[in-house]
Amino acid sequence: MEDLVKAVAEMMEDEALDLTRKLLEQGESPAKILDAYKEALVIIGKRFEEGVYFVPELIMAGEMMKTASELMKPYMAKGSSAAVQAGKKGKFLLGTVAGDIHDIGKDMVGMLLDINGFEVKDLGVDVPVQKFLDEYSAFQPDIVGMSGLLTLAYDSMKRVVDGLKTMGVRDKVKVIIGGGQVDEHACKFVGADAWATDAVSGVKYSLQWMGC
Amino acid sequence: MSSSAQLLQEREKRFNDAVALNKPDRVPIASVWDFFPARFKGHTVKEVMYDPQLMFNDWVECLQHFQPDMGENPYGLRGFARVLDALDYMHLKWAGHGMDDHQGYQFVELEPMKANEYDHFIFDPSDFMIRRFWPRVNKALAAFENLPPINQIIPYYWGLYSGAFLLSPEMEAARGALMEAAKASAEVLKWAGALGAKLKDLGFPASSGGFAQVPFDTLGDLFRGTKGVMMDLFRRPDKVMAACEKLLPIMIDSAVASAKRTGVMRVFIPLHKGLDGFMSDQQFHRFYWPHMKELLNALIREGITPWVLAEGSCNTRLEAFRDVPPGKVIYHFEATDMFKAKEMMRDRCCIRGNVPATLLSVGSPEDVKAYCKKLIDVCGEGGGYIMDASTTLADAKIENVQAMYDFTREYGVYK
Repeated sequence: MEDLVKAVAEMMEDEALDLTRKLLEQGESPAKILDAYKEALVIIGKRFEEGVYFVPELIMAGEMMKTASELMKPYMAKGSSAAVQAGKKGKFLLGTVAGDIHDIGKDMVGMLLDINGFEVKDLGVDVPVQKFLDEYSAFQPDIVGMSGLLTLAYDSMKRVVDGLKTMGVRDKVKVIIGGGQVDEHACKFVGADAWATDAVSGVKYSLQWMGC
Repeated sequence: MSSSAQLLQEREKRFNDAVALNKPDRVPIASVWDFFPARFKGHTVKEVMYDPQLMFNDWVECLQHFQPDMGENPYGLRGFARVLDALDYMHLKWAGHGMDDHQGYQFVELEPMKANEYDHFIFDPSDFMIRRFWPRVNKALAAFENLPPINQIIPYYWGLYSGAFLLSPEMEAARGALMEAAKASAEVLKWAGALGAKLKDLGFPASSGGFAQVPFDTLGDLFRGTKGVMMDLFRRPDKVMAACEKLLPIMIDSAVASAKRTGVMRVFIPLHKGLDGFMSDQQFHRFYWPHMKELLNALIREGITPWVLAEGSCNTRLEAFRDVPPGKVIYHFEATDMFKAKEMMRDRCCIRGNVPATLLSVGSPEDVKAYCKKLIDVCGEGGGYIMDASTTLADAKIENVQAMYDFTREYGVYK
C-alpha cells in the first residue's frame, strides 16, 4: 500500500495502475485501495499548497483516480455506495454559471471535494440561474460553489445569490466563487462568503466551514 | 503637417518612448477593446460580428471618443462570424452560434490531435493540418479526413486516385464551404483595410500587425487541449518538446510575414499555459521559456516589438522574463504583482496594464481613479509604463473606462 501511495503522489502513473491491478487481483479490498489514493491526494494537495505541484499534477491525479475507479468497479460490493454516502462530510452544489463554459477548474474542485468526503452535485457548465435555485431546493446543499473564468460570470453569480436571498435561505448556506479572475471586488459584488483562484484553497474553505 | 499626421507622430513617439524605457511626455494609454465599442454604441455583439460596416462605425466613434494612444483593428479577431459560419467552426462559440447575442465568443476545449498522433504532426505538420486538424475543428471540412496524403510523391502529378478524389461527392460540399469562407474572408479583409486607413487618418497608430503564440500554448490550446497537454508532460515529454520545436519556426515566420504585410511592427503574444500555477518552475524552464525566449528574440531581430499579454499572474516568471534585450519588449500584466514587476523590469522592459477587469466592471469611477493613481505613481515613475486594463474591456462599465482615460491624461503628465 505504501508503494501505491508513493507511486500516485510521485505521478508515476504506470506503476500506480499496475499496483492497483495487482492488489485487486490479490483480493485486496477496494476500500483500502481507495484509502491509499486518498492518502496520496492529501500529499499532492499539500505539495500544491507548498508550490511544489501545480495544475498538471492535479489533472494527472484526477486522471489516475478516474482510471483506478474504473478498475475497482467490478470489485465493489453492491450497497457499499450507500454506506459511503452516509459518511459524507457535507453536500456541495457545484457548477459553472450561465454564460460561461469553462470547466477545467470546476472539474478539479469537484474531484478534490469528492476525495475529501463531500457529496458533490455537479450541474455542469453554462448553468442557468433558476437551475441553481431549483437544485438548491432539491439537493439542500451546505455549500454552493459557482465557477466562472470571465468577468461576465459575476452577474450570473450575483443573481444566484440574490435568488437565495429571495428564497430566504442565504443565511443557511455558504457561497463560494471560483475562477482565474475572481478577487475581493468580485466577491463583494456577488455577495459570496469566500473566493478562490485555485482548487485547493477552495476545498480548504469548504472543509473549514464543515468544521473539519 | 496636418494635425492628424502630427497626432499620429506624437502618439507613436509617446508609445515608443515608453517601450524604450525613456520618459514620454505623459503615460501612454491604450486598450484591448474586445466588443466594448458595440456596447458603447448600443449594439449587440452579434450585430457587429455579422455587420462589418456597423463594426467600422462603432470602432471609429468609440476610439474618437476615448482618444487612446493606439488604435485597434478588430476584424481579424472579432469580425469573422461569417467565415466561422461557412466552416461550421467548432473551437469557438459565438453570438448567434451557441452564445447569447450580447456575449463575446468563448473558446471550446477540443482535442483535434490525439495522443498517438504526435509523430504524424512532427513528420509533416502541413499534411497533419489539412487532413486531421482542419476537418476536426471545421465541421464543414470533415471530408478532408479522407483525403489521400498531401505528401504523396508520384511522378508527374499527385496520382490519378488522389486527383479524382477531389471530385467526389463528399469533397463537393467541403469545397463549397471553403470557397464561401474565402469570400467571407475577402470581405472582412476589405473592411479591415478600410478601417486601418481611417484610423491612420484620424491619427491612431495601429496596436499590432501580427499575432504569435508560445509553441507550448499552441500545442495545448489548439492541438491537444489543456488536459491533454498537461498529461503529456508526464506521459510523453519528449514528444511535447519535439512538437514545440516544430511549431517555433512556424510561429516566427507567420508573425514576421504578417507584421511586414501590414507594416505594423508590433506583434501580440497572449500567454496561456506558462503562468503561475499552470506548471512548475522546472516545467516552465524546460517546455515553455526556451521557445518563448527564442520567439521574442527572433521578432526583435526583425525590428518587431513583441507585446506579451501575460494573463493570470506571472510573479514566479518575472526573473525569466527579464532575460531579453532591454527596451524591446512590452509585458502586459493581468494579475501579476505590478509593483514587484516594476522593480524587476525597471531597467529592462516596459510594463503595461493591471487595472483589474473586476474593478472596471463592478467598481466605481472613484475606485478606478485611485487604482490608476497608484499605478502612475509607482509604475509610471521614470517612464516604461503604459496604462491599460488588466485584460480586455469586455465587461467594463463605460463610466469606469472614461475615468481611466480622463485621469491618466490629466494626472499622467511627466514634469
